[in-house]
Amino acid sequence: MSRIVVGPFNRVEGDLEVSLDLEAGRIQSAQVNSPLFRGFEQIMVGRAPLDALAIVPRICGICSVAQSAAAASALAGAMGVVPTVNGKISRNLICATENLADHLTHFYLFFMPDFARPAYADRRWYPAVAQRFTAVKGDAAAEVLPARAGFLRMMGFLAGRWPHTLAIQPGGSTRAITAGERIRLLALLREFRGFVEKRLFGDSLAAVAQLASKDQLLAWADGRAGDFPAFLNAATDLGLDKLGRAYDAFLSYGAYGLFPAGTWQAGQAAAFDPVAIDEDTTSAWLAAGQPRHPAQGETIVDANKPDAYTWCKAPRYAGQPFEVGALARQVIAGHPLALDLIQRDGASVMARVVARLLELALVLPAMEGWVNALQPGEPFCAHGDMPEDASGTGLVEAARGSLGHWLSIRRGRIERYQIIAPTTWNFSPRDASNRPGPLEQALVGMPAGEGAPPTVQHVVRSFDPCMVCTVH
Amino acid sequence: MKVLWLQSGGCGGCTQSMLCSEPRSLFDELRDAGIEFLWHPALSVDSGEEALTILEDCAEGRLAFDALCIEGAMLRGPNGTGKFHLMAGSGRPLTEWVARLARHAKWVFAIGSCTAYGGFSANTPGNPLEACGLQFDEQTPGGLLGAGFQSSAGLPVINIAGCPTHPGWVVDTLEKAVLEGLTVADLDEYGRPLLYAGELVHHGCARNEFYEFKASAMKQSDLGCLMENLGCKGTQAHADCNLRPWNGSGSCLRGGFACIACTEPGFESPGHAFQETPKLAGIPIGLPTDMPKAWFVALAALSKSATPKRVRNNAVEDHPVVMPAVRKKGGGK
Repeated sequence: MSRIVVGPFNRVEGDLEVSLDLEAGRIQSAQVNSPLFRGFEQIMVGRAPLDALAIVPRICGICSVAQSAAAASALAGAMGVVPTVNGKISRNLICATENLADHLTHFYLFFMPDFARPAYADRRWYPAVAQRFTAVKGDAAAEVLPARAGFLRMMGFLAGRWPHTLAIQPGGSTRAITAGERIRLLALLREFRGFVEKRLFGDSLAAVAQLASKDQLLAWADGRAGDFPAFLNAATDLGLDKLGRAYDAFLSYGAYGLFPAGTWQAGQAAAFDPVAIDEDTTSAWLAAGQPRHPAQGETIVDANKPDAYTWCKAPRYAGQPFEVGALARQVIAGHPLALDLIQRDGASVMARVVARLLELALVLPAMEGWVNALQPGEPFCAHGDMPEDASGTGLVEAARGSLGHWLSIRRGRIERYQIIAPTTWNFSPRDASNRPGPLEQALVGMPAGEGAPPTVQHVVRSFDPCMVCTVH
Repeated sequence: MKVLWLQSGGCGGCTQSMLCSEPRSLFDELRDAGIEFLWHPALSVDSGEEALTILEDCAEGRLAFDALCIEGAMLRGPNGTGKFHLMAGSGRPLTEWVARLARHAKWVFAIGSCTAYGGFSANTPGNPLEACGLQFDEQTPGGLLGAGFQSSAGLPVINIAGCPTHPGWVVDTLEKAVLEGLTVADLDEYGRPLLYAGELVHHGCARNEFYEFKASAMKQSDLGCLMENLGCKGTQAHADCNLRPWNGSGSCLRGGFACIACTEPGFESPGHAFQETPKLAGIPIGLPTDMPKAWFVALAALSKSATPKRVRNNAVEDHPVVMPAVRKKGGGK
């Protein structure tokens, strides 16, 4: 048995190190380390409650809006405020813009460049893929950055700027959209749809959204020009449809009123129960103790704790590790393609990427509907008072999966603030019963070390980790 | 210009913001100015040992590079060990890597307010992270590299502050450095490039008519000036946010929320709730720094008494309820 350490693991958000125990070139066990700790949960303690809206976006520059939305939702709960209709639509639009831009960034800038590695030089698809997806220099980068920047102009109207907006408030949004701006938002959505249909899919959003099985998907991709078909082609050749399976246990808090909350495990869908979550600190450089529900959670540094190997806690649902993300959302929403993929092969590198791109096809048309539903002249923000003592929970879906904020307020100040980010679920370490987190499990059995193909890279990136969120 | 980019105690938001650079693709824009990334954690293909080899060669002076860009605060804790941020795969603190690399850089750029001054990490009560900026510890010169640090071009750390920093501030500063050179005269006293920090956020604010008449917003989403009640520091914050739009057409003020002065050291702990304006006897403290307070109060009283109904009414709504009057041309022929 030998151990190798993979890091810095770049083209993810933040810092990641993976330790692999190898036997005959195969991974026997993996340990995932988040080597950066900032401690945002402590920064909030003692602050005025609404200060959380200015602080939490700074947890993460890639999903800052999701952090804002979770905080606003927790504060709204504490205040007993219900956002206005326009406010809810605006929040959906702001969150969806970030999530879709994130899927795009992940696919083009973080995930696909691995296919341009020299290790694949002898594959028949290599020359075209390398030409298009080589990091920074590939043709795709030059096209996708303007498309991404153009799409994020949505944020200029809806949120003032991105990242780090204060527009999302407990009662809705500070930014009322005018009738003229609604036209501009629709134009921006059309422009982005044009890029996605022409370059990414090589087909209409509707055609992609209707794909209902793996067979249909691969038949659709065969011979089609487009970046998604190119991915499917290479991924099938490399067997990425059968690589990177974790526990096939999925969790989602539900998104936009479009995708429901729930869990899915062993072929069974079930309702989501927020009480069933707790966090275990066994393997983290944090004070030991019984697993706690995040509403009672603590984050106390113990930097020299023996046997700990990460700053990340281990969130569990009913005591079990769960995978979150676009695949989880789509499985729980019952999308036939997502269900077929996992029922045939389990969660895989391919299934995770497919689910992400499927969301582009499903959510963009919904965004057009939301913009049409905005009512200029009607209020965008409801108002209320902050009680001296209260608590609240904000559960949202970031691009990478389920994000929760739990806060309590005492004597007008934040008394406790706990956060579980999507990557905290997916990249969690072992818990008290020594059960690995989802990525740790997904890596077992894969080839690694000297001369191995870069499959570890694909599996890790298939989760689209956001390490700065993980340990906030 | 070969750029080596590292991230530490930050959120990655400055890189994400930079990728929004417009109107051209960031990569094309930089390439045509002769700027390339030797390594960037979010964008380069090299990982693991390949990446560490690049960094080690640069730190030992074997591999030449021009600009060191650091994003995120320097975390020196716990107890000076730097363990709150070890460079993955190396087991060594990021602070150590940065100090070694800075010795070989022609220019050192702090990308964002975390790197410039320490950021939110330095604002945890008691600063258990022992966080600081590259050359400032909040307002105080010092930081990781020390107050006297100069890069080989003879410059202090160039603080492209902002939380996040605007893509244009980064791109323009890098291009200025490589194409025209940078001197100390191009920077203000906090090391910020004057090409964006020579303005105030207030300049070009779309709410200036409300400011003129002190027609103030009373609650979030109101159209009025955000200075009197909602904590806006646009008259004190150094940046061109309302002259150089964000994401095409935006800014914080255009987004309907207050400027929290994120380009200023110590903005994270203003001493009051972010979205409230502290007042003394009904008068906001923290008035524009370059205006005598008595004059400000006198002018505000005068302008409030002259506020047109349109401006007064629109200030407390989220959309205009009174349109500008259309002057009718007098009676035909």
